[in-house]
Amino acid sequence: MAMKIRTMRRHVNESFKSLGRNGWMTFASVSAVTVSLVLVGLFLMVMFNLNKIAGDIESDVEVRVYLDQSISQSEQDALATELKGIKNVQEVRFQSKKEGLNNLLESLGNDKKSFTDLQKENPLPNAFILKTKQPEQTIAVAKKAEQLPNVTDVRYGKGTVERLFSFIRIARNVGIVLILGLLFTSVFLIANTIKLTIVARRSEIEIMKLVGATNAFVRWPYFIEGLVMGVMGSILPIVLVMVVYRLAYYNLGGDLQQMFIKLIPYHTMVTNLSLLLVAIGALIGVWGSLNSVRKFLKV
Amino acid sequence: MSDAIVMQNVWKAYPNGVMALNGIDLSVKQGEFVYIVGPSGAGKSTFIKMIFRELKPTRGKIFVNSKNIANLRERQVPYLRRKIGIVFQDFRLLPKLTVYENVAFALEVIEEHPRQIKKRVMDVLDLVGLKHKLRSFPNQLSGGEQQRVSIARSIVNRPPVLIADEPTGNLDPETSWQIMDVFKRINDQGTTIIMATHNRDIVNKVRHRVLALEGGMIVRDQQEGDYGYED
Repeated sequence: MAMKIRTMRRHVNESFKSLGRNGWMTFASVSAVTVSLVLVGLFLMVMFNLNKIAGDIESDVEVRVYLDQSISQSEQDALATELKGIKNVQEVRFQSKKEGLNNLLESLGNDKKSFTDLQKENPLPNAFILKTKQPEQTIAVAKKAEQLPNVTDVRYGKGTVERLFSFIRIARNVGIVLILGLLFTSVFLIANTIKLTIVARRSEIEIMKLVGATNAFVRWPYFIEGLVMGVMGSILPIVLVMVVYRLAYYNLGGDLQQMFIKLIPYHTMVTNLSLLLVAIGALIGVWGSLNSVRKFLKV
Repeated sequence: MSDAIVMQNVWKAYPNGVMALNGIDLSVKQGEFVYIVGPSGAGKSTFIKMIFRELKPTRGKIFVNSKNIANLRERQVPYLRRKIGIVFQDFRLLPKLTVYENVAFALEVIEEHPRQIKKRVMDVLDLVGLKHKLRSFPNQLSGGEQQRVSIARSIVNRPPVLIADEPTGNLDPETSWQIMDVFKRINDQGTTIIMATHNRDIVNKVRHRVLALEGGMIVRDQQEGDYGYED
């Protein structure tokens, strides 16, 4: 059933009246949500980036086998077969010197102008790129590949990925525990605020139910109250995330770029994180309020 | 005439094991006026609460306007309550609302149209004789006036059945007669009234059907009956 606008206006009025009447409790609940979401925001900001970086590096975990420039086609084919024969090798792909240069230029992004000279005389050799089944098998595979004839050099990403991953895992677990604790505290505080406003209106609810108001009708104002508190609590964290990420991205971003580490672009990050924070805030608020209204509906 | 309320073999056991009602059979016709009398603990309150589904029977069927409400789903209960007016001993008015607002509240929460609300509220305030007090707050009214406001609220939605649980319990004798006068007018319009009461005077002077409850059973069902027992 579509709700009448008049009815909705009533619910909104009711909830704002009550938010104002319980001003200090409202303030406390909103503050609790704010504190939680600030931490959630900063945490997610770091985690999203770590995840992206780890992903970038992981997709780079491959063994590059560079070939002697003078190798013949048949020797190259034989080498390919041998590489495929190495234990734990999942995939062997040929990368011509031209392809290799294009990839390199692409990964440099904006800086590629300074390297355009390279295109005239490509210093890169042809290569085979091996993928292993598991990241930790790269070292063994690289060692075997080194011994094969016509191989000039073998490169692979060392243990960085594993170390990064275990760091992310620990950070994530610690962060999740902390944040869940904070979020529950906020839910609890909101639930309590709403409960106070309900107790104050208990006889009203009783009468509403006696004259035949539906549960949904009774619930709406509290739902809105929770929603408003949750969303209000997400405003400051969003502003903070915008400011902090701006600083981080434009100050740190450049330094990291030189280490071939790319942060998540400013706008992508801020948009996604803001939406996420509003959503979490709203969820906390609504959860808290509906939770406390439930037992008052049994009249 | 059709039956407003029918009970068939209704039992109610509370979780603590107390048997409040022991096999009630009953039918009340539309437009009837029925007193429920009996000592404290006889099951009057349970009986009343059963009709507007504040309580569910443990066994048996209860028909209100030909609909069995014993197995009514929770979602449907509000719609049942819109067909039953309820008046309590303690009035249950909202202290921060005026007389008009208290009565209008009952229509607002069931999303009645504002134009309808105004007309209906004025009509019932006229019926209970409080049109001139519509801007007063409950604490500016006497007990009898407050009870009349609560009656106005209970019938503003034109329910076919009005249930009153000790409506004169907090009122002095003279005021009680005013309330009975209002009930008579409502009853004359065809509304079924079921009134639980301890007021011997009223029952004996304004004769209607009397149902006497004792130990959760109907021990007497008498047309034009009297109060019939000593308190």
